[in-house]
Amino acid sequence: KLRHHSITTVTLLPDIISTVEFNHTGELLATGDKGGRVVIFQREQESKNQIHRRGEYNVYSTFQSHEPEFDYLKSLEIEEKINKIRWLPQQNAAYFLLSTNDKTVKLWKVSERDKRPEGYNLKDEEGRLRDPATITTLRVPVLRPMDLMVEATPRRVFANAHTYHINSISVNSDYETYMSADDLRINLWNFEITNQSFNIVDIKPANMEELTEVITAAEFHPHHCNTFVYSSSKGTIRLCDMRASALCDRHTKFFEEPEDPSNRSFFSEIISSISDVKFSHSGRYIMTRDYLTVKVWDLNMENRPIETYQVHDYLRSKLCSLYENDCIFDKFECVWNGSDSVIMTGSYNNFFRMFDRNTKRDVTLEASRENSKPRAILKPRKVCVGGKRRKDEISVDSLDFSKKILHTAWHPSENIIAVAATNNLYIFQDKVN
Amino acid sequence: MSQKQDEENPAEETGEEKQDTQEKEGILPERAEEAKLKAKYPSLGQKPGGSDFLMKRLQKGVSLISYPLLLESKGILGMKSIEQKYFDSGDYNMAKAKMKNKQLPSTGPDKNLVTGDHIPTPQDLPQRKSSLVTSKLAG
Repeated sequence: KLRHHSITTVTLLPDIISTVEFNHTGELLATGDKGGRVVIFQREQESKNQIHRRGEYNVYSTFQSHEPEFDYLKSLEIEEKINKIRWLPQQNAAYFLLSTNDKTVKLWKVSERDKRPEGYNLKDEEGRLRDPATITTLRVPVLRPMDLMVEATPRRVFANAHTYHINSISVNSDYETYMSADDLRINLWNFEITNQSFNIVDIKPANMEELTEVITAAEFHPHHCNTFVYSSSKGTIRLCDMRASALCDRHTKFFEEPEDPSNRSFFSEIISSISDVKFSHSGRYIMTRDYLTVKVWDLNMENRPIETYQVHDYLRSKLCSLYENDCIFDKFECVWNGSDSVIMTGSYNNFFRMFDRNTKRDVTLEASRENSKPRAILKPRKVCVGGKRRKDEISVDSLDFSKKILHTAWHPSENIIAVAATNNLYIFQDKVN
Repeated sequence: MSQKQDEENPAEETGEEKQDTQEKEGILPERAEEAKLKAKYPSLGQKPGGSDFLMKRLQKGVSLISYPLLLESKGILGMKSIEQKYFDSGDYNMAKAKMKNKQLPSTGPDKNLVTGDHIPTPQDLPQRKSSLVTSKLAG
């Protein structure tokens, strides 16, 4: 059922948000930004006093994950922008996440400290060693409560493995390995080993003049640790099985929708470039996002998607200007809800779209402060394509292309979504009756 | 551009050829846009979004996919590009310093830090930057 969510939180972050990700329980929500910062939100525990309030998300931890660097060999700057964050499943009291910029992946540990040892026998209050002659009694330190402190420490740094820009990271279901993908190569890492990684995909041609496509996204299968997919700038998806060979240059499955050659234009390949690929929670389907559509593919059928949803087809008549202002290269992400029944993706003018796969109904919503009050129900929006514009509709020419929603996330089990609109993080939750 | 059918109707102003009626509406906008683009940039290569574009993407220090807030300059082929090349690291650092209007970085840790006369304890050492636990930044 598609409900029109109500807003519970709008948070203004200090920089443009570049990635959003819930952890596996949905208790934590991490955002990465253009300045290399990670901000983690934690859901409030529901208290008995406030049964009407669903747990809201408050800031839990903020830390600087990446700094800008300089590549001395190429005389080029390496941006600190966080491209992706992926959580590891929780195995003890601490939380672990991977964050990556263009070149370096880091494993961060986020842990709480709420006790401190006090009453050392050999040290004074300032921590200086006491003169042993003055010590006449034995005293064992005790743990005393202190104000909660959340610490983030970098536990591993996986560097120097990518010549090109990292676009994806994906934690394997074995919880021991993960992969990082750049434009031409995919590497497999073990979490414990930072000075080595296995190269599992390499599509760099011997002669760079022959380059025709790049890797745009990659993800491990949610259950089968030997299987992963990667998408390309030509609109194709390859599924690889690591049991088949060490170097997975030859795919096991190849997903491509045949194109009518008479439909071809200068823009065809650019708008077919897949910007995101996501396995369904069930592992049975993959969803891909290209410039104008979202497609759902059945892993058992390679020759065409089983579902295609139009996100903003009205942009077809604007491709020239979208090419000139680079918007045609915008990389939108897409997400599944917990039950794989609804999919969501962003658009322009701070619009985002949801598609119900069962009822085939879709809705356009807007993430904007002006139009939303904290407890209001979101009003569906509509873009007027031509002819008479109704009162509430927006015409294609009035769309603000600088307000793009590229990054969204869906809680793993509940109807809570996080939408990043430039510097603003919107968290929408189902209204509680 | 080979066409499946060549109808007798004269070509549109944009020079396109008509297709099966069902697909007419879908194709015309894209082709019209392509014609518009080629009219503006006649030197645009025939290869649709081909290797020229990909090579540019791979060579850049900053991704070709740009954010509107970053400075842009029109490159060759009419494509916008961000090229932040520096001659060397000194050049880079000068550019950074000019941007931030900062003084030269300090030479090292605080000189007042006591070292050498006793075994340092965690409390003595400079505070590790702990994460900020802040309340919601905006309501």
